[in-house]
Amino acid sequence: MKWDEFFVTGEPMIYGAMASIVLATIAIIVGLTYFKKWGYLWREWLTTVDHKRIGVMYILSALIMLFRGGVDAIMMRLQTAVPENKFLDSQHYNEIFTTHGLIMILFMAMPFIIGIMNVVVPLQIGARDVAFPRLNAISFWLFFAGAMLLNLSFVIGGSPDAGWSAYFPLASIEFSPTVGNNYYSLALQISGIGTLLTGINFIVTILKMRAPGMKLMRMPMFTWSSLITSVIIAFAFPVLTVALALMMFDRLFGSQFFTMANGGMDMLWANLFWVWGHPEVYIVVLPAFGIFSEIISTFSKKNLYGYTSMVVSMVVISLLSFLVWAHHFYTMGQGAMVNGFFSITTMAISVPTGVKIFNWLFTMRKGKITFTTPMLYSLAFIPIFTIGGVTGVMLAMASADYQYHNTMFLVAHFHYVLIPGTVFAVIAGFHYWFPKVFGFKLNERLGKHAFWWIAVSFNVTFFPLFFLGLQGMTRRMYTYSEETGFGPLNLLSFAGALGLAFGFVILVYNIYYSIRYSPRETNGDPWDARTLEWATSSPIPAYNFAITPNVKARDALWSAKYDNLPIFEGKIEPIHLPSNSGKPVILGAIFFAFGFALVFSWWIPAIISGIGILIILASMSFDRDHGITVSVKEIMETEKKLRGETL
Amino acid sequence: MMKQLFPIRHVMGYLSSLILSALAVTALLDIPFAAKMAILTVTAIIQASLQLFVFMHISETADTKKELYLNIAYALFVGLVTIFGSMYIFVWGWYS
Repeated sequence: MKWDEFFVTGEPMIYGAMASIVLATIAIIVGLTYFKKWGYLWREWLTTVDHKRIGVMYILSALIMLFRGGVDAIMMRLQTAVPENKFLDSQHYNEIFTTHGLIMILFMAMPFIIGIMNVVVPLQIGARDVAFPRLNAISFWLFFAGAMLLNLSFVIGGSPDAGWSAYFPLASIEFSPTVGNNYYSLALQISGIGTLLTGINFIVTILKMRAPGMKLMRMPMFTWSSLITSVIIAFAFPVLTVALALMMFDRLFGSQFFTMANGGMDMLWANLFWVWGHPEVYIVVLPAFGIFSEIISTFSKKNLYGYTSMVVSMVVISLLSFLVWAHHFYTMGQGAMVNGFFSITTMAISVPTGVKIFNWLFTMRKGKITFTTPMLYSLAFIPIFTIGGVTGVMLAMASADYQYHNTMFLVAHFHYVLIPGTVFAVIAGFHYWFPKVFGFKLNERLGKHAFWWIAVSFNVTFFPLFFLGLQGMTRRMYTYSEETGFGPLNLLSFAGALGLAFGFVILVYNIYYSIRYSPRETNGDPWDARTLEWATSSPIPAYNFAITPNVKARDALWSAKYDNLPIFEGKIEPIHLPSNSGKPVILGAIFFAFGFALVFSWWIPAIISGIGILIILASMSFDRDHGITVSVKEIMETEKKLRGETL
Repeated sequence: MMKQLFPIRHVMGYLSSLILSALAVTALLDIPFAAKMAILTVTAIIQASLQLFVFMHISETADTKKELYLNIAYALFVGLVTIFGSMYIFVWGWYS
């Protein structure tokens, strides 16, 4: 490693990125010092173990990553907008599509989903926090360390450039000698550990921390989907952990797991990657289904149609999701028998998914639908996602897949699944639960403007890609000649991408606008909703519920409001809460240093930070922390203040 | 008090799992294939039961028993599908 290779050089845009990183860092440090917010930041956010604040930090990071990944997307669409474009060179284009995929899936979709789970799940089951609050903070800081490590790669050392799936032998040290793919293995490993811990945390939380009366079959659908997602996380992520560790050994220590010589097998990487990768798709889409179920039911003023079939279909999806992975590499060389098997299992998944689509439609049937922003996203989701699903079944047919494998048709398909499935869901959930967390709604007029820009532009961006794929344009092409005829549709797609960007700008402006002008809610239930999280006041007190709720029906709050089945019957008692800890954030920082040292094979710093990690872990197991107890008097005062009464 | 500071059961469990892992490495020695498989199978079974009994408290009678066994069944399902699925793709169903 020579020092002149340390910083990425030679491109004006990279220098711009470096300058903006330095300026932003200075601005943040100066701002925090000037406004004397360091103590506030440390006490209230960095050391917090409160599930709501951790959730907010997850969502904030996800929004920032959405813009980072979005800029990547715009640059890709700009580069391919016209034939023979010189905006990006091939290396830079490779790095951009790789990081776009990684960031959007692992550092945008996942943390957004996990952030919403963090905010909502403990409230929906009537718990005071997650089962292991400090572990939850560790999860967040490991995710954050991984995300920062991957983002740093753009200016230091070079980004991974072998695609988000990093297939071997291309990703091996022989064909990708830069540190880019070291970043891949380490950043994903660190944030992956965080995700695994989240999965375990939420399984335990949902199984053990439910309020009295909250039987499994009374749980809100979002909690159900979070439970099933957590189970998939707990069983799929270990495969990624192992695969990434083997990749790291190959790249850093010269082992031969995925090489083409000495008994190594390059295809085994693709195999292991997709054993994790396919369930991962369901990890990001099942909670999204849960979000849509909540929103559609709330704004149709009806209970969810086919509750039991919703649960069963999610369990079936979770099992089937482990049985389909070979459909990502039909063309790798396995026989017709194998491809036939995986074709059938893949098509089988569309059955439980179809059940869910029909359940949402029947939920709306004869409902009293109000067209709020979250409901608009949910309504747009159904037809757009169905296009994604139908093209998915087309891709599932192995023999036909030989025609459009790795073409833009595939790119269009998975964007048609993931954007309405996951992005629409998290934005809808963001609008829906925003008043719960902050105590005021996002502006509806601006929200609807953003929705129409996003929904229409999304189709303008990605529908042409189906045709481009069928005409033979492969994915990951950084340019093409004019004779191919790909030009006009790509230009149209670029126009759509600009519209999408504009929609997201309105969305962010809406956050600013609503912080300044939105009327503050005094009632914890602004949407006349059905589930338990709306039964407490907003913003939510640290202890969530002053009195432990007693659940008597499936839509607990609805039954309390309209069927005279009260939830809060006990009297206020002292509440025990976990105390804050600075160790998770320090652990995250050391993990970041550890990963960074390993990326550049700096063994001495790596060993030192490795020992640091062990010391923090050991000191955590010897912590004697009995938490804090909130007295009845304090609870009464907080409750009065939240109701807007003067003390 | 001493028992609290030094949980003998867990420390011994931890040490034995380290020893078992080291023992499994002897499969790399130049010995017959059957002996290698025997070493791996025996150490793997002891290792797995060690984890289940010492660290995962499978023998404790609790109300979560059903969930524990469901979890193990799911883990077995995923593990077996991954192993035999990969074998199916790369060995038995490989186009030649």
